Amino acid sequence: MNHRAIRAIYLFEMARTWRTLLQSIVSPVVSTSLYFVVFGAAIGSRISQVEGVSYGTFIVPGLIMLSVLTQSIANASFGIYFPKFTGTIYEILSAPISYFEIVLGYVGAAATKSIILGLIILATAGLFVPLHIQHPVWMLTFLVLTAVTFSLFGFIIGIWADGFEKLQMIPMLVVTPLTFLGGSFYSIDMLPPTWRSVALLNPVVYLISGFRWSFYEIADVSVAVSICMTTAFLVICLAVIWWIFRTGYRLKN
Amino acid sequence: MSSIISVANLSKTYGSGFKALKNVNLDIKRGEIFALLGPNGAGKTTLISIICGIANPSEGKVLVGGENIQTSYRKARSLIGLVPQELHTDAFESVWATVSFSRGLFGKPKNPAHIEKVLKDLSLWDKKDSKIITLSGGMKRRVMIAKALSHEPQILFLDEPTAGVDVELRKGMWEVVRTLQQSGVTIILTTHYIEEAEEMADRIGVINKGEIVLVEDKATLMSKLGKKRLTLHLQGKVTSLPESLAHYQLDLCDNGATLVYDYDTKGERTGITSLLSDLRDAGIRFNDLDTTQSSLEDIFVDLVRTS
Repeated sequence: MNHRAIRAIYLFEMARTWRTLLQSIVSPVVSTSLYFVVFGAAIGSRISQVEGVSYGTFIVPGLIMLSVLTQSIANASFGIYFPKFTGTIYEILSAPISYFEIVLGYVGAAATKSIILGLIILATAGLFVPLHIQHPVWMLTFLVLTAVTFSLFGFIIGIWADGFEKLQMIPMLVVTPLTFLGGSFYSIDMLPPTWRSVALLNPVVYLISGFRWSFYEIADVSVAVSICMTTAFLVICLAVIWWIFRTGYRLKN
Repeated sequence: MSSIISVANLSKTYGSGFKALKNVNLDIKRGEIFALLGPNGAGKTTLISIICGIANPSEGKVLVGGENIQTSYRKARSLIGLVPQELHTDAFESVWATVSFSRGLFGKPKNPAHIEKVLKDLSLWDKKDSKIITLSGGMKRRVMIAKALSHEPQILFLDEPTAGVDVELRKGMWEVVRTLQQSGVTIILTTHYIEEAEEMADRIGVINKGEIVLVEDKATLMSKLGKKRLTLHLQGKVTSLPESLAHYQLDLCDNGATLVYDYDTKGERTGITSLLSDLRDAGIRFNDLDTTQSSLEDIFVDLVRTS
C-alpha cells in the first residue's frame, strides 16, 4: 500500500477545499439558511406538524442530505475531472499507485469535505429549530455512507465527463430532481398512492428516510431497507469504478 | 552495459483503428542518454506513455529495471520520472507544494533537502513560494522537470524538453541533463531539434510511422551515414566546368564563385586528391577551401524519406 501517495492526493484535494473556502463551505451554508427562512419560517409556519414534528424540524435531515449528495458529487467529479482537463492526470497515472489508492485519495477527500459540510449545516439548523437526534451513531453512519457512496458516484461522473457541460448534466438533471422528489421537504406518505409507488423507485427516498429515522424515528420505509438500498448503490459504484480502471476507460486510451 | 529498459514486440492500436506502434523492439542501456527522433505522429509519445503507464499496450512486453510494467508496476514506475511534452501543471499550487506532492505520490518520505537541491539546480529556488500560474513557460517546464526529479528516479523521460524554450535556457537545460547523467540517471529524450540530439545523445533511435527505423551509437551513425562537403572558393568566376571534371558531379554556386563537392567519408577513396589535381590541370585556381560534415538533420531527413 502506497500510503504516502494516498496522503498526498488526500491533502492536495483538501488544500483545494481550504483555498476555495467560500465556494466549498460558505455558499452551501448560506443556501441552506435560505431554505430554513423560506420553508421553515415563511411557509413552514402555515404547515401543521408532520408526524408529530414541526415542519421546520422535519426538513432538517432532508436539507442536510440535499447538500451532502450534491456536494459529494460536485467535489469528487471536479477533483478527478480537473486533472483530466489540465492534463496533470499524467502524473497520477504514471505514479506507482494502485487504482484503489487513487480512489481512496480522491473519494476520501471529497467525502470528508461533504461530511464536514453536513455537520456544519446541522449546526446551522440548530440555530433555527430545536434539534434532537435519537440515534447519533446511525445518523453518522448514514451520513458517512451517503457521502462515500455519492463521492464514488461523482468520481465516475468525473471520469466519464469529457466537457464541463457533461460534468454539470447529471447533477443538474438527475440528482437535484431526485433529491427534491425524494422527500427532502415532505414525507412520501403525503403523496397520493400512485405517486407514492413511483417515489419508491427513487433511491434518494431511502437515504433521506433512513437519515430522518436516525433523528426522529420517523421513516417512510424501514431502516433495514434504507441501509440495504444505500449499500447496494455503494456496491454498484464500486463495481463501475473497478471496471473503469480495469479497462482504462477514458483514462488510458 | 546492461539494459534498464527493454521493450519487446510492442504494438499499440487505438480505438479508432490507428496503429501508433508496430512491433517495436528497443533496449535502453543503463546510464546513457538516448535520443528518440521522429516526425510528428511517429509514435514517440505513445511509446513513452506506454512505458510510463499512461497508456495500455495492445501487445508486447516492457521491462523497466527488470520489472514488468504491468504485473510489477509499482517497482517499475518508481524508477521513472516523466516530463511530458505539454505543459501540464496545476495553477494555484505553489512550486514547493506541487514538487513535494509529486514526491509523496511516488511513495517517498519527505525530504526537504532534496527538493531544495532540485529547485536550486533548476534555478527555481527563488520561485518556490510562487503560484505556478504566475510563472513563465520556461519556468513551468522546469517545474515539471523538478516534479519528475522529486522522487530521485533512475530513469528520466524528457518528451520534447526544450520545445518553446529560448536558446540560453535550452543550454542551461542541457547542462542539467548532463549533470543528471553523471549522477547515474538514464535519460531518454525525444526532440525535434536535431542539434539537441547531436549535442546530447550517446545513442540515437529513429522512429517513423510507429516503427523503429534505426538505433545506433551517435558517433557510428554520423560516420556511417555522414557525408562531407568540400567547398572551394575560386579566384575568378567560372561560368562552366570542363568535361574532364564532369564525373565529380560538382556544383557551381554563387554565380560561379564557389565550387561544391560532396563525398562519402566511408568510401575507400574520397576522390579529393584527384579532384584537386584535375582542377589544376583545368586551370581553375582557388583562394580557400573548407570541409563540413553533414548534420544529423540531413541523415534524419534521408532516413525518414526512405523508410
